[in-house]
Parts: sequence; structure tokens; C-alpha cells
Amino acid sequence: MSQSIIFENVSKFYGDVLGVNRVTLNLGPGITSLVGPNGSGKTTLMNLMTGLVRPSQGRIELLGTAPDQPDELFHRVGYCAQFDAFPRGLTGYEFIYGFLRLHGIDPAQADILTKEALERVNLVAAGPRKIAGYSKGMRQRIRLAQALSHRPTVLVLDEPLNGLDPMARAETIALFEALGRQDMHVVISSHILEEVDRISDRVVLMASGYVVAEGRIHDVRQEVKEHPVQILVRCSNPAVLASSVFMQDHVVEAKVIPQGGGLLVRTVDPSSFYNLLNRLVSQGLVDVEAVAPADEDVNSIYQYLIGEGGTA
Amino acid sequence: MSAGTAVAKMTQFRDQPWRLWARQVWAVMRMDLGRNFFSRRGIWIYGLAFAPALIVLLHVMVDRAGSDAQLYVQSETVMLAVLFQFFMRLSMFFGCMGIFTWLFRGEVVQKTLHYYFLVPMRRDVLTVGKFLSGFLTAALMFGSSFFLCFLLIYLHIGAAGRAFGFAGPGLGHLGMYLLVVVLACLGYGSMFLALSLIFRNPIIPGAVLLGWETISGILPSILQKLTVTYYLKLLVPVELQSDGWWALFTVVTEPIPHWAAVLGLVLLSSLVVAYAAWRVRRLGINYVSD
Repeated sequence: MSQSIIFENVSKFYGDVLGVNRVTLNLGPGITSLVGPNGSGKTTLMNLMTGLVRPSQGRIELLGTAPDQPDELFHRVGYCAQFDAFPRGLTGYEFIYGFLRLHGIDPAQADILTKEALERVNLVAAGPRKIAGYSKGMRQRIRLAQALSHRPTVLVLDEPLNGLDPMARAETIALFEALGRQDMHVVISSHILEEVDRISDRVVLMASGYVVAEGRIHDVRQEVKEHPVQILVRCSNPAVLASSVFMQDHVVEAKVIPQGGGLLVRTVDPSSFYNLLNRLVSQGLVDVEAVAPADEDVNSIYQYLIGEGGTA
Repeated sequence: MSAGTAVAKMTQFRDQPWRLWARQVWAVMRMDLGRNFFSRRGIWIYGLAFAPALIVLLHVMVDRAGSDAQLYVQSETVMLAVLFQFFMRLSMFFGCMGIFTWLFRGEVVQKTLHYYFLVPMRRDVLTVGKFLSGFLTAALMFGSSFFLCFLLIYLHIGAAGRAFGFAGPGLGHLGMYLLVVVLACLGYGSMFLALSLIFRNPIIPGAVLLGWETISGILPSILQKLTVTYYLKLLVPVELQSDGWWALFTVVTEPIPHWAAVLGLVLLSSLVVAYAAWRVRRLGINYVSD
């Protein structure tokens, strides 16, 4: 049985409106982030994955199961959707417990799993209270608890950090990281790019219903040839380094960052730059403390590929 | 089909997770029943269900028995039969419309359908659970309302009424009336469940269905069997006059045995619910356009 989430040439149209078009993906275990502006098709992709909408064409498979077999699929999949609506009159506890009872889980086991899920999202104290009285962040967390409650191996999370305060956000991200380390498939859509960047193993960039780029962040960055790579060098003598790199054809820009910030170099040929740097170091002209890519992150890649116009 | 294939199919049927499905159906029903009975939206359905009982209450408060008790029992029995026609064709029809069209449509309007769609449950099982919750709600509401009408009518007549209603043929009438109530909930319920999955606004198709059910008696034979009223009319225990326009409601053009009427309606309802389940299997969630 396949251990991947597979999209094969999947398209979804809502009447004349394009949801996603010709998406082909193969997502392995770990944390995958879907990034793109509003209307780029992230939620559609997640709804397709979980069978909430049916593709107009193409094939989808989650660990060998098609999304139109919910009785098989949702033993292994948990989906924290963006819909901020709950069955009326339920407490947080009843919301999770009722969900588990719908799975067919017996009352005692459902009770244990409900308490465990509430604990994971720090909502034990609020469990007996009506959801109608929850804050936005608490509603977000109770949805997350619902998605986690039956211990799935695939977790699909649509904007799971929305509405969370910084403390809850940090805890939630730590939870995702822990789940990613447990070999789970965690698919996250988020517009908080810095945080997505920190935890993602790979990224899927979307715009206007198309997958613009996908893969490990480093690999995706390497493919963006039209934008010079930015490299930050912390060294003893940035002015000397700057004068040396200026003579190179491949260097587009070199900027000394004040107060010991180092030198920021933009180059179209990083390999040549690294060779040059090695030479300068071996000649004793500069003493390097650290070298790091400065734009190998989701935010930069997003800006390069999708641009400022998109509202993530 | 060879014997081997038949045995294999039987084994396959027996090996289905029936207990799991039963638990899931019950879980769906538990969630829905509370909402059906205790939501604010249920008030007008209670109104529809118990309006006939209120009318009967007013009637027994102002009406007095004549000198001939037997004749009075007869006239009250006819009155109850007439009332039942309106009860079945209006109260129950619109009550079932309110209950069954809301089973899925209500979840879409309140944006909560995904709660059911994100569990490892066959959509057919969900449909059955929702249908049964609607059926139980309707049968309890309308059954208890008609039982109340029956009690009020025969208790207020006095000894002759009690003898007829609770020891005589009236008891058989009550049984048949309640059977018709249950079957009407089954029949109308299945129709409205299916309609709610085809049309966003059930009012127009509901009106068309009302017309279809009303003219049931003058439809060709085969089409009559596709109406709920055809089967119900056969089971109503008290025959009413068949003059003028009233004949539309009372005349049975093609009588069949009671057991066949019950079986026919159960079969028709099952087919309609199976169609509804097929629609639910194909249902996607797009709350924005809904």
C-alpha cells in the first residue's frame, strides 16, 4: 500500500470557477505546508484530499485509499477544517465525544480519547463549557482536538494557527513538530510564513489554482534562477570582502550591514562565490564567522514566485 | 446465479460490520433527536402536530351528546375520520416537510455537515441514521397528537364512547390510524428527504408533491402506486362518503389487501431513501454557494 498522499492530474471546477487545475503531487511523511494567496486553491486541495469535494478530473489517494471511501479514510485521517461552525448547544467535551461516537467507538474508549485530545490542546478546564462561549482561539483549538482525537496518521490542517495567541501558537507549532517527527503526514496551510518555514519539511506553493512550485525549501529556492541568491557572510572585515566580490561578474549586489552585521551578497552563481570566499579565507584576507543563505525561506520564495500582489 | 455464488454473497452480507453501523446510526440519531425535539425551530412543527388536538379539545368543550348515544358515537367516529384526512394531508404533510427537509439542508445552512462527513462512516449509514431520527420524531409527535384526539373524542361521549373506543371496534380503528400515521411519516419523510437533496428550496417541490398526492386518485394505475396517499387511503379504517370533490380524497380505485399496501409503501419508501443515500454519497460541501 502506498504511504504517500498522491494527486494525479487533479482539477476541480465550481461551475465556471477554477478551484485547482492539473495538480500532481506526491507527499510523503513529515510536515508539508501549502502556501499561497487567498483563492489560490489551498482549501480546495484540502477538501479534495478529504473527500469533502469531488474532483472534476484526476485521481487522489491517501495512503492507498480514495477520498470517496470515508469509512476507510477517516480511520487514518484527521481534518481540522476552516469552517468555524459547530453543532448547536454542545460543550467542548460533547463535541469531541460525539464525534468519536460517530466513529462507532464505544463510550468508555470515546471518553478516554476525548480527555486525551482536550489535554493535548490545553482545553481540559474549558471542556465542560459550551463552545458558543469560547474565544476564537479556543474554537480553533477544539477543532484541532477533534482532528487529533482518533489518533490519525494523516493530519490535514487548514489555517490551524489562525486566531491563536502567541503562547498557544508556540505550543501548537511544537505539537506539529512532534507529530512530524512521529512519521505522520501533516499537511498545513497557513499564511504565517515565518512559522510555517520553521517547521516545514517541504512546501507547496500555489497561485490561482496551480501548483507553482513544490519540494524541499532549499530545492525550490535553487530552481528560482531569475532571482539571485542572497548569502549573508559574518566576517571580520566585510569591507575587504565587499571589494573582492565586486569584481566578480556573478555578483549582482554586495551590501555591508552596519554594526557588525556582516556582508549581504546577491549572486547568480553561488558556487563561484563560495569558491572565491574559500580563496580569500585561505589567503587570510577575511576571517569568517558564519555563512548562511539569506533568502532560503518560504517567505522569500513566496515573494519571488507569487509576488507582493498576493495576500497570503 | 449458482449455489456457490449465492453462498458467497450471503457470507459477504453476513460479514458486513452491522454492529458498527448500528452504533453509528444510533450516534447520529442521538445527536439529531435532541435537536428535532428541543430546538426553537421545532415549535411550529409542534404547532402543526397538535393543532388538530386543540381543535378536538374545543369541539368536546362546546359539543354535547344527543339523546341517542349510539348515533352520537357514529357521528363522532365520522368526524374523527374527516379530521384524520386533514391531519394526514396537511398537518403530517407539512410537518414531515419541516422535519425531513431540514435533516441535511439544516446542516448545510448551519455549516455543520462536515462534522458528519469527517468520520469513518459510510454516507449510506449517515442517511439511514438521519432518516430514522426524522422518522422517530415525526411518528412520536403525530402519533401522540392523534392518540390525544382519539382519547378526547371518545372520553367525552361517556359510557357509550368508552365502550366503543376502548373495548369495541374503536380500538381496532385506533390501531389502524396509528399504523397510517407511522406509514405516512415513512412515506412523506422519504419523499422530503430526497427532495431536500435535489432542491435547495423545498417549498416549490413541496407544493408540487402536495398536488401530486392530492390527485393520486385520478392518476393512471401505475402512477398511483408512486404516491404515498394511495397506500394510506387503503388503510384508513373508516370509509367516508365519496360524493363530489371529497371523492378525490376517499375513493380507492384499485383496492389491494392491507398487507400489500403496507409492503408497497415500505418498498416505495426504501427505494426513495436508497436514492437519497446515493445523492448523499455524491454530495460535496460548498457552504459558500449553498
